[in-house]
Amino acid sequence: MVKAVDDVNIKIQEGEVLALVGESGCGKTTLARLIATLETPTAGDILYSGKKLTKKNLNEIRKEIQMVFQNPFESLDPRATVKAIVTEPLQKLGWRKSQKNEGVEKVLNLVGLEYNFAERRPGDLSGGQRQRVAVARAIISTPKIVMLDEPTSALDASVQSQVLNLLLDLRNEFKLTYLFITHNIAVARFISDRMLIMYAGEIVESGPTKQVMSAPKHPYTQALLKSVPSLDTKEVAPPTGEVPSLVNLPPGCRYNPRCPFAMDICRKEDPKPRKVEDEDVACWLYK
Amino acid sequence: MSTPDTGETILSAENLAIDYRTVYGTLSALNGVNLSVVKGESVSFVGDSGCRKSTLGLATVRLLPLNASYSGGRLMLDGKNVATMSNREVVSMRGSTAFMIFQDPLNTLNPVKRVDAQMLEAIRSRARHERVSFNEKEAQKEAVGKLEDVRMPDPESIITRYPHQLSGGQIQRVVIAMGLLMRPKLMIADEPTSALDVTVQAQVLKLLRELQREYNMSIIFITHDINVAYNICDRMAVMYAGEVVEYGEAGKVTRNALHPYSQALIKSVPRTTKDQGRLTTISGAPPNMLNPPDGCRFHTRCPYVMDICKLKSPSEVEKDGELVRCFLHGGTTG
Repeated sequence: MVKAVDDVNIKIQEGEVLALVGESGCGKTTLARLIATLETPTAGDILYSGKKLTKKNLNEIRKEIQMVFQNPFESLDPRATVKAIVTEPLQKLGWRKSQKNEGVEKVLNLVGLEYNFAERRPGDLSGGQRQRVAVARAIISTPKIVMLDEPTSALDASVQSQVLNLLLDLRNEFKLTYLFITHNIAVARFISDRMLIMYAGEIVESGPTKQVMSAPKHPYTQALLKSVPSLDTKEVAPPTGEVPSLVNLPPGCRYNPRCPFAMDICRKEDPKPRKVEDEDVACWLYK
Repeated sequence: MSTPDTGETILSAENLAIDYRTVYGTLSALNGVNLSVVKGESVSFVGDSGCRKSTLGLATVRLLPLNASYSGGRLMLDGKNVATMSNREVVSMRGSTAFMIFQDPLNTLNPVKRVDAQMLEAIRSRARHERVSFNEKEAQKEAVGKLEDVRMPDPESIITRYPHQLSGGQIQRVVIAMGLLMRPKLMIADEPTSALDVTVQAQVLKLLRELQREYNMSIIFITHDINVAYNICDRMAVMYAGEVVEYGEAGKVTRNALHPYSQALIKSVPRTTKDQGRLTTISGAPPNMLNPPDGCRFHTRCPYVMDICKLKSPSEVEKDGELVRCFLHGGTTG
C-alpha cells in the first residue's frame, strides 16, 4: 500500500486560481484526479458546493469539472477532427447540432484559433495550437472548475507565455476556477492567487501566492525557491539528498532527512498544518 | 565570470552550414554559424525546439544522422576539422576530446549491466587509447573516486547496482562520472537536466559548474530554458531557425539583449521574483526549414521588421563585444 496523498485538507474558493506545486511523485496529480472525481479516496470526503460527493451525484458534479492535460500530443485523438474533439464533452449534455456548431465557433474564437481549424486534425497542428484545442474542449460546456495538469510544460517558452496569457483572459471573462498543477514555481507565481506546496504526499505550506513567494515559511519551500535557476542570480542552493520513496517514508516529518533545521521532534512526530500569519504551514519551527 | 579572451580554442565554427537530405528536398539545418569555445569556459546554446541547437551539438562529435552533410564552412575541434576526420580519428576523438551527455538519463546506460561494469568499460577504452595497461583493481578505485567527485553519496554501494535501482539524478551523475573518466577537454550536455526535478536539477547545475573549474574543462550546455542557460554558462549563443542570432557574455545577453528574438525570449519567461501582469509573447511560429522565409529568418515574427529584413539576410556584426545578426544593429547584406 502506498499512501500517495495523506491527510490532505484543501479548499478551493470559487473564482480563484489555486496552484499545486511540487516535484514529481509528490502526489499532486493524484490529488487533482481525486478532486476531478477520477479516483475515489480510500478515506475522507470531497465536498462540492457544500454537497458531499457520492456515486449518485457524481454525474451531476462531473458536468462542472473539466481537465486539460500536460501533453497535447497524447491528450487529443489523432484521428478525430478538432470539431469532434471539442464537442465530445457535450455528448451527455443534450446539445442540438446547431448549438454545437455555434459553440465550436465561439470557443475556437476564444482560444485564438480560426474557425477553419474545426475540420483539421491534431496532426496538422503545432503544440501550442493543440493545447488551445484542449483548452477549447475544456471550456465549451461552461464548467465551473478547470483542472490544468502541467498544461504548459511541454511547450516552448514563447508558446507557453501565449497559453498562460490566454488562460488568465478566459478566467477573467468567465469567472472560472482553476486548479493549476505545476512543478514550475515561476509559472505558479505568474498565474495563481493561492499556492499549495506539496512534498511526499503532504501539503507542507499553503497561502496567498505573494506571501509564499516573498517569505516562504517551510524549509522545503525555501529550498525549492533557492533551486529555481533565474536571470537574477547565478547562485542556486538546492537541498541535499532526494525525495523519499513513498513506500519507505522516514519517521516523523517527511522532510526531516533533508532539512537543515531538523530537531529531535521532527524525527519523531509528523507536524500538522498550523496557522502562521495568512498561511498554513506544517513544520515544527512554527509552534 | 569574465570571458577568457586568450587561451586555447577548443571548438570553433566558421560560417558552418549543415544540410539534411530529405524526401521533400534539401533542408538547411544550420546556416552561417560562427562561434568559438575557449578552454575552461562554458557556453550554452539556447533556443526553442527545432532551432537546431542539438544539431550543432551532434555535429561537434560527428553523430549526425546519415542524411546530414557538412555543406559549408569549417568546424574545428581541438585543431582538427570534424568534417574531414577519418573514422578512426572520430572514434578516438569521442570521449577523450569531447564527451556528450543526453537528456534522458534512463536511456544512456545499459540496463542489464551493473554500474561498475559500465564504468570500467570507459577506463578500459581510455587505456587502449593511451596504450597503457589496464589494471582492474586500480580502475575500480578510480571509478569510485570519480563517483565521489560527482558528490554521489555512498559510491561503493551505488557502483554495484543496476541502472533501474538508481534515481534519475543518480544516473545523470554516473553518466557525468563516466565522462570525467575519459578526461575530455569538452563536455557537451544536451538538455541534461530537463528530465529532472527542480531541486535535483539545481544539484546537477551546481555540480557541473564546480567540475568545470576543478577539471578546467569546457562545457557546451544545450537547453531551451534561458534561466538554466544563464545559470550555467559564461557565454550564451541564442539560436533561431538554424542560425546563431546573438552570441555574447551571458550577463550581457540576458540583461541587455540586442536581437529582437532574444529580447522576446527573455520577456516571455515567467519570473520568480517579479510581478509581470501579462507575459510578452512572440506571435506566429518558427518557419518551416524546408522553405525558410526570404531575408531574415525571424522577420515574419519580428515587431521591428523593416523592408530590408524581408528581402535580405543580415550578416553578423560585432556590437559591444557581442555578435548579433540583425539589421537594427548595423547588419549588412553580406
